[in-house]
Amino acid sequence: MKRRRILATVAMLAAGTGLVACSSDEGGSDASNCTNTITKQNVPVVTMWGWYPNTQLVVDNFNKQHDDVQVCWTNVGQGGDEYDKFQTAISAGTGAPDVIMVEADRIPTFQIQGALVDIKQYGFDAVKANYGEGAWKDVSVGDAVYGVPVDGGPMGMIYRKDIFDKYKVTPPKTWAEYEQAAQKVKDAGGPLFGDFGANVPAVLMALQIQKGATPFTFDPAQPKAIGVKLNDQASKDVLDYWGGLAKKGLVGTQNQFTPEYITGVINGNYATYISAAWAPGYLTGAGVGKGQDTGKFAVAPLPQWDSANPVQVNWGGSAFSVTKQAKKPELAAKVAYGLYADKESLTDGWTNQIIFPLNLTALKDPAFVDLKVAFFNGQQANKEVYLPAAEAYKGVAYAPFGQYYLDAMEKQVSEIIKGSVTGSQAADRLQEDVAKYAKEQGFTVQ
Amino acid sequence: MGWLFVGPFGIVFLAFLIAPLAYALYLSLFQKKLIGGTSFVLFDNYVKAFTDPSFLSGVWFVIRFSLVSIPVQILIALALALILDAVTTAFARFSRLMIFLPYAIPTVIGAVMWGFLYSRGFGPLTDIFGLFGATAPDFLSSDLIFYGLLNVVTWQWAGYYMIILYAALQGVDPTLYEAARMDGAGRWQIATRIKIPLIAPALILILVFSLIGTLQFFNEPQILRYLAAGTIGSDFTPNMYAYQQAFSLANFNYGSAISFALGGVVFICVYAFLFFTRKRRSFL
Repeated sequence: MKRRRILATVAMLAAGTGLVACSSDEGGSDASNCTNTITKQNVPVVTMWGWYPNTQLVVDNFNKQHDDVQVCWTNVGQGGDEYDKFQTAISAGTGAPDVIMVEADRIPTFQIQGALVDIKQYGFDAVKANYGEGAWKDVSVGDAVYGVPVDGGPMGMIYRKDIFDKYKVTPPKTWAEYEQAAQKVKDAGGPLFGDFGANVPAVLMALQIQKGATPFTFDPAQPKAIGVKLNDQASKDVLDYWGGLAKKGLVGTQNQFTPEYITGVINGNYATYISAAWAPGYLTGAGVGKGQDTGKFAVAPLPQWDSANPVQVNWGGSAFSVTKQAKKPELAAKVAYGLYADKESLTDGWTNQIIFPLNLTALKDPAFVDLKVAFFNGQQANKEVYLPAAEAYKGVAYAPFGQYYLDAMEKQVSEIIKGSVTGSQAADRLQEDVAKYAKEQGFTVQ
Repeated sequence: MGWLFVGPFGIVFLAFLIAPLAYALYLSLFQKKLIGGTSFVLFDNYVKAFTDPSFLSGVWFVIRFSLVSIPVQILIALALALILDAVTTAFARFSRLMIFLPYAIPTVIGAVMWGFLYSRGFGPLTDIFGLFGATAPDFLSSDLIFYGLLNVVTWQWAGYYMIILYAALQGVDPTLYEAARMDGAGRWQIATRIKIPLIAPALILILVFSLIGTLQFFNEPQILRYLAAGTIGSDFTPNMYAYQQAFSLANFNYGSAISFALGGVVFICVYAFLFFTRKRRSFL
């Protein structure tokens, strides 16, 4: 008995040391466990986290074209999963990669913690002309540049052509028409018209901005002050509108990107999907639009509140940032500037609708502009919908506590779906909640 | 010489239990702001936790859940253990294994599996209820999620508790049954008057286990929240809330405070329970 216990203790100790040994090379800061294979030896290596579905190809392209630096890539999860790991690495002071893929709306969150490097000094002028002004604005805080734009998320209304034809509705141009069309389809016994999901608060934020809301105003010259305006009339109207649609049973309330939702999309339970230009690539990856469903989807411009003054908005879109934990920031910046910026990678990205590129070489490429998108049955989606939307997009100031704001929004949307609050009440609660958090974090709330 | 034997355990105990606990306690006494940095705030985080509606509603949920789920699990486990103890066929042995089996399935896989079974889009419930022309209940909706989780937890744990009780029953001296039968006791009376009182210590043991486990409820709701449309928030249970604070919002200080506050709640509940059952217990 005694002997066994000692053995067990020894085993535990051994396991313990094993754990310690593991933790020292956890995350991407160590270049020994890359997902890709680095063929060139004795060349400095830069570590990178990202989740584009074609990252493998992008990294291989970069490594092939460079002899002075090689990229070691790890996929640590998509969106929130990656941010949680990055956030933990920031708090720990170690474990972060040199270069990281982040969505533009998260940049202020990490920048305010001093986790990102201003890459303006590392060859910004050489690539400045490759991107539009709006693209740079989304990755900048004040004059400092904290990321290299890769893709944007101009929004449109993806819809099922077969359902629209069957119930004789045409793509709605305004949100009022959207509701009428939804009612018409419902009265005729058709499927749900769309989806009001709690787990995509960023979409609702974009739709509120479309109505004229400015959730946050932030002046980098006065980093201690922030304007929080989440319960103005525009914000309330949008939440009331969607809450109303859900209450009338015109749209579903399913969380998006879940197996349940994707099954619904495949089964044709939703006539429309309000989403961004990168959506077809992700839907295709999840098995939508294949087999029987091939070519049933089409896309139309996002419905408007005031068709005389259309406003275009954005959802998602990412950039490559250099982290403060990078040992050679200049080399890391070179990677950030060069990744996904070569023609081959970009072309692969946009032909598969994984990205809506922001690189002007791709945007101006006639092949991109005129592309007949297979997912939309040959519709020239870029020319008709996404390019005009991207060109009209004006950029947004994001919150330096984006994660908290989006979590709080998700919570309130859940309450609307449960029917315990109205959209307006939810907006008021959200304002109270986020303003309180901002004050707790030491901001002066205006 | 004695220290040498205690040493290896002592090192592991200090390094992997006491040190992390002490560090978490230390963290919970500070506050880190985006503007203004870190400052020592003593018990402010705890004051905030016990006035935070998210934390309080989470605690209230796990307490309510404990009050329902623990009696259900234990009654099922007890009934099964008594039946399996009384019946000694090969089928009983097979049943014992099958009832225990869910415990051997990792909680994550169990939760995912139930999430799919509950699904209205591709789960079997829709079809089964459809046969009778009824609509299937949505166990992932906010009205029924309580019962959905109750079912998952009972499925997973009742078998494990059954095994503990069954093992305790095996330790009862069979001559007692004989004596009882001589005195004219039936099967039912043997079960209620002899068996249950004699395995009371084991019953209390599993009650304490389940109480601690349920108050720290995390895995099942954390997994089902990806399948349940906004029904389960990030502050559904105190542990989930602590996780969100620490790893999603980088608020390790408040996350630690919530964990310790929850630890306090668990301690109070377990202590109260042991106090009221102090005559019966023999193991603690």
